[in-house]
Formats: sequence, structure tokens, C-alpha cells
Amino acid sequence: MFDKETLAVIFVGLMGLSVLMYAILDGYDLGVGMLLPLDNQQHADIMVASIGPFWDANETWLVLAIGLLLIAFPAAHSLTLKALYLPATFMLIGLILRGVAFDFRAKASFGHRPTWDKLFKLGSLFAALTQGYMLGMYVNGFDTSLSGYLFAMLSAIGVSCAYCFIGATWLVMKTEGELQLKSIKTAKRTLVIAFIGIATVSATNLLFNPDIYAKWFTFPNILFLMPIPIVCGALFALAFMLLKRLQKNPHTGAGFPFLLCILIFTLSFAGLGFSFFPYIVPNQLTIWQAVAAPEALNFLLYGAIVVVPTILMYTAYSYRVFWGKVQELRYY
Amino acid sequence: MLDTLLLSRIQFATNISFHILFPTITIALCWFLLFFKIRFDQTADPIWMRAYRFWVKIFALTFALGVVSGITMSFQFGTNWPGFMEKVGNVAGPLLGYEVLTAFFLEATFLGIMLFGSQRVPQKVHTLATAIVALGTTMSAFWILSLNSWMHTPTGFEMRDGVVIPTDWLAIIFNPSFPYRFFHVLLASAITASFLIAGISAYRLLHGDNKRAPKMTLKVALTAAMILTPVQAFVGDLHGLNTLEHQPQKIAAMEGVWETEKGAPLLLFAIPDEETRSNHFEIGIPNMASLILTHDADGEIKGLNEFVGKHPPVKPVFYSFRVMVGLGMLLLLVAWVTRLTLYKNNELPNWMLKVLVTLSFSGWVATLAGWYVTEIGRQPYIVSGVLTVKEAATDIAPENVAISLALYVIVYLGLLYAYLHTIFVMARRAVEIEEISDQLNEQEQENEEKSILLNSAVTKSTVTNSLDTNLDKKVENDHV
Repeated sequence: MFDKETLAVIFVGLMGLSVLMYAILDGYDLGVGMLLPLDNQQHADIMVASIGPFWDANETWLVLAIGLLLIAFPAAHSLTLKALYLPATFMLIGLILRGVAFDFRAKASFGHRPTWDKLFKLGSLFAALTQGYMLGMYVNGFDTSLSGYLFAMLSAIGVSCAYCFIGATWLVMKTEGELQLKSIKTAKRTLVIAFIGIATVSATNLLFNPDIYAKWFTFPNILFLMPIPIVCGALFALAFMLLKRLQKNPHTGAGFPFLLCILIFTLSFAGLGFSFFPYIVPNQLTIWQAVAAPEALNFLLYGAIVVVPTILMYTAYSYRVFWGKVQELRYY
Repeated sequence: MLDTLLLSRIQFATNISFHILFPTITIALCWFLLFFKIRFDQTADPIWMRAYRFWVKIFALTFALGVVSGITMSFQFGTNWPGFMEKVGNVAGPLLGYEVLTAFFLEATFLGIMLFGSQRVPQKVHTLATAIVALGTTMSAFWILSLNSWMHTPTGFEMRDGVVIPTDWLAIIFNPSFPYRFFHVLLASAITASFLIAGISAYRLLHGDNKRAPKMTLKVALTAAMILTPVQAFVGDLHGLNTLEHQPQKIAAMEGVWETEKGAPLLLFAIPDEETRSNHFEIGIPNMASLILTHDADGEIKGLNEFVGKHPPVKPVFYSFRVMVGLGMLLLLVAWVTRLTLYKNNELPNWMLKVLVTLSFSGWVATLAGWYVTEIGRQPYIVSGVLTVKEAATDIAPENVAISLALYVIVYLGLLYAYLHTIFVMARRAVEIEEISDQLNEQEQENEEKSILLNSAVTKSTVTNSLDTNLDKKVENDHV
């Protein structure tokens, strides 16, 4: 039996893992959705095929993340989501449209396919924008002044571009020929915007929150924190160079940009997480204030210790089964 | 302007009613798919794989709708019902958590392999993936029904500072109404899926599909329905007895009993009136309700007047119950008549096929009616005796709830239309696909000769399987 203080840390860690997994996994498939071409049926089919076996499980990480927030920090769940009620609703509508359009486009009569493709793209865009917007509102402490909204808009664009970037690198890894070359170009372009986005949001965040500024720029912290943005920047540069090289020879190392992208996401998330810890709702509620009863969390933890590694294992298995370049995706 | 409480209730009812349609199909449909797959592994008859492939597409579509409509629920617990999590979150939370951890990931991950992996993994692994998804859907039902049942019959907790603290998890999970509700819902799912398979198969036959697959699936589905409908009547009765023990006010509303009485009649029809606290236009069978509920013609049934202010609204419970039972009886009758006719004549007359097409989604109606009975029957509580719905409600602005509700209604209606439309489009498309068995025999022979010549160790099933796939590629242009 763990005590309340330890459980709060364990569960915020588990939740952080889920959010990160979600951002990476659903990030790339939302990105692919946003990049879907409406004028090239063949490319659209391959792109959708590349995420076909995965999107369902990817989205489940969101359910886990929101579920853990609800279970472990119920007060934070209702405080956060009540403040973000409408954007959360819009995000859900986006995710609904994206998810079902995926299935309908393959099964509806062919005449309706362009409509479902549009809904797929629109749903993905909607979900990404609202997620970014909610992140922005959360980070600025639900600031409803003009500057608060502007910051949230900026965050919406930043997150969407980051998703497009990881989606494009996913396609660089999973596709061949013309589509791969096209994706390399898209990846380069979105990389630049994503970099500017992340840098701006991080800088603005520091200016907005003097506490966080102090946290980052005091003595022992600065030593192990400064590497985060520096390494992140270096990874962006490395990814850019790799993409340039891939334009000439797309056959070797096509998976590296995606890998770098995962690292960038992880580092950015770690930086964000450190900035706010131990707050679960910035400047309002700490994890220890919001945590649920140990009787409940211990019971869930026993299961989670066994189940979470199992989930990671069979997720890896599923990626191994569908390893390599996308083939025509069919229901067998 | 409607208030936030009412809007939240309408929104939650809309969301959960829309959501439950899809799991109701997928929970059992996946076990049907596993049956098709195992039969294919055993017999190597391509017809089973053909059935699998047609129904796995419908499964995928239904599953996707279930997933996306389910996500909205996990948000609404916090946004619209914060009081629920504040008061009983320590019980509800872990049960929901276990559902996500042990069911959702399992289903979602292996679904990918089940749908797209049969050429990438050995057949045995593919069958296993189907079994895992079936297990996952059932696990999901297990946890959510455990929580739902706990809300009806809460046990295994104590109150500390006005908050529910779990003391005995086994007592919580296996609370008194859980086993009954779990099997009642699983059977409802099985019957819903049976009539869906039967209805769509009948639709294909009516549209001139003379292949073996729809005949075979019709037979399987009606056999299942014939066995399961009487079992459901029996389990439903047990569930009713359990409800009488723990929630007598719900039974009183279901039966329209106002005053406690001995030898209560079974009301076939009535118009309950909460103003006068009596029924109008009663048509009933004397002593029957007492007989069914207490197994004694003069048994006592507690009336609603013993629970004034603490019993559910009578009309919706009373009517929903009659819709559920009436429809259940109809399905039982139809299942037996059609299955016996099929046994005798080896085919069904057109009118029977038409009846089955009409009943394709009848399981939905019965299931929803059943849910309304049990859920409205718990009112005014959200957790029996612990927390009322009103106490759990949110304080967000009604305008916001109105906007989200309107959006959900529009999107859900559109999706429901698209879903039904697409299923029939898929059925019609399946009619046009050529029969595979004749061509297959030719190629099969050819291949068998080849394998004899090459003296290869290729088993018959893998040969037929790959052949079947090749043929499929020719006749069916159905990329994702």
C-alpha cells in the first residue's frame, strides 16, 4: 500500500505517459489526416492505409489520459474541463468525424467518398486545433483576456503544425516514390513552422509565468534544464539535415526523422511537465490537493503495474506486424 | 430557457443512448466472427471466410462508432456530473480505469490485426486476435456493467467525510444486481446481433443473392436466436426478482402498482397517472404479476405509495418495460417460426424474409427500452440511496450545454443515417459479387495437382485461403 503523497506522484506520472503517448501516436495520425490531399485519390488511399491498423488504439491513449485525470484527480478533471467545456466539445466532434469518416470512406458508395475525405481532413484539423487551443488555455491558467486568447490561438497553430510535422515524417517512413518525396517536402516545411511554434510558445510561457521563469533560471535547475531546449533545437536541425539528405536518397534512413520527432515531442513534454509540477491545474491545484483516496488508487495501481507493460508490449507487436512500407490495405 | 440540470440529463441520455447501440452489436458480433473463423480453420470451406469478411467490415464500422461516441462519455462525467465523481469517484474511477486498461487497448490494438493482418500473421494468430477482441469487448461490458450495477445496488463501501470510500472491492465488483444485469445485457447483445445478421442475410437473399454465404449466416443467426430468446426470458425474470428484492420501487413502477397489494394483476395495458396516483384503462391478467414476481398467486407487491418522493416517474418506466417485453416475445416467436420453417423447407418464404429484414435493428429498440426501464427506474438517484441526480449536476452555463447538446444531436442523427445507409449499401454490393465456390473448385484442383507435383507440404487450408484471397481480389474491388 502506497500513501497518498506517493500515489499522487505515481499517477501524475502515468497520466503524463498517457498524454505523451497520445500526442505522439494520435499526433501522427491526426497529422496524416490534416495532410490528406483532396485531389489525389491514390495518395489519399495510401495515407489512410498507413494509419489504418493503428488509429483506434492511438486514440485510446486519450481515453486513458482523461480517465486517469478523472480517476486520480477528479477535482482537477472537473475544474479543467468545465473551463474548457466548449473547446472540448468541439474537439470531440472533430474526433468523432475523423474516426467514423475513416471507416465510412472505405465502405460507403463510391460517390460519397470525397465527402468523407473532406470530413476526415476537417475532423483531424478540428481536433488538432482545439487540442492546441486547450493546451494554451491550460498553460496560461485559463486566462480569458485578449492576450490569453491570442496565446491559446498561437498554441493551437503550434500544436497543429507539430502534428503535421510528425504526420509527414511518419509518411516519409511508411511510403515510397512520389508520395514519399512529397512528404519529405511537407516535413521540411512543417518542421520550420513547428520549431517556430514550439519556441514561441515556450518563450511566451516563461514571460507569462514569473514562477516558471524563476524555476528554470535558478542555479542548480538551470544546469539540467537548459539541455532540454538546446538538445531540442539540435534535434530539429538534425531532422532538417536528414530530410534534405533523404530528398536525394530516400531509400536509407527514412525512419530517422520520425524517431527524432518522437524525441522532440518527449523533450518538449518533459519541459512542460517540469514547468508546472506539482500543479495539476496551473497555479490553482496541486496533485496532492486533488488526489483521490488511496483505497481507490492502490486498487487500480495493482492492475496497472501488470497491464500497462502488457499494453506497451502488444502495441509494439502490432507495429511489428505492420512494419515496413505501406501496402495496399485490405480487409482480410 | 431550460436549466442546466435538465439539459445535462437530456445530453447524457442522448449520448449514452447513441453510444449503447454500437457496443450492443459489437459485443456479440465478435463472438459470431470468432465462430466463423474457427469453422473456417476446421473445415477450410471458403464460405466461412467469406462470411467473416463481410461481417468483419460491419464490425469495424460499428466498432468505430462505438469508440468515438464512447470518448464523449469520459469527458461528460467531469463536465456535466462533477458531483458524481466527487462523491463516488473512489469506486467509479477504478472500475472505469480497469475498463480502459484491460479492455479498450486490447480491443483497439488487436482489431488492427483482425481487420488487416490475416496475410501478415499465421492463421492461428489471426484467429487468436479475433478471440482477443471478442474477449476485450466482453471485458469492457463486464467492468461497465459492474459500475452500473453498483449504482443500482451499492455495497462494499463506507462514508468518510461525505465521500464514498471503498472497503471491499470484491463486494463492489460483484454487487447484488451485477450477475443478473451482466448476463441480461450479454444476451441482449447476442440477440441483437443475431437479428442483425439474420436481417441483413435475408435482405441479401431477397435481392437475389444466391450464394451460399447469406443462407449459411441466416441459419447460424436464427439458430442462435432460437436458443437465446427463451434463455433471455428466463434470465430477465431472475433479474426482475433481484430488482424486487433491492429496488421494489422500480418494480412497482414497472408493474404500475400504486397501493401495496396481494395478488397483483399483470397489466398488459394501462395509462398510469401520477396526479391521481392510479391507472386508467387497465387491462390485466389477475394475480399474474404476483405469481411471476413472488411465485405465489397471492404474493404481496409493494406499491408506489410506500415510496412517495423516492420513486421514479412511472409512465416512462411502465411503457418502456412493456415495449421491451413485448418486443422480446415477438422476437422469440419469430426466431422459432423462421428457424423451424428453415429446418423443414431448407428456405424461407419471401414474407418471412421481409419480416426478418424489418426486424434487423429490433434488438436496438428492445435494448434501449430495457435500459430506460432500469435507468429511469433508479431515479431520483444516480447512485441508489447515496446520491441524487440533482446533487451530481454541474453549474456550467445552460447556454454552453445547449450548444454542445445541439451539436451532438445533429452529428449523431447524421451518423445514424449514414450507418444504416452504409450497411444496406454493403449488403447490396455483396449481392453483386460472384459466387466463388465453382471457380474455386477448378483452381483448387489445379492447385492440388500442383502441390502433388511439387510434393510440397502446403496444407489444404492455406492453399484454399490464398486462393480465396486471389479470387477476392478479382471480384471485389474494396480497398480501404
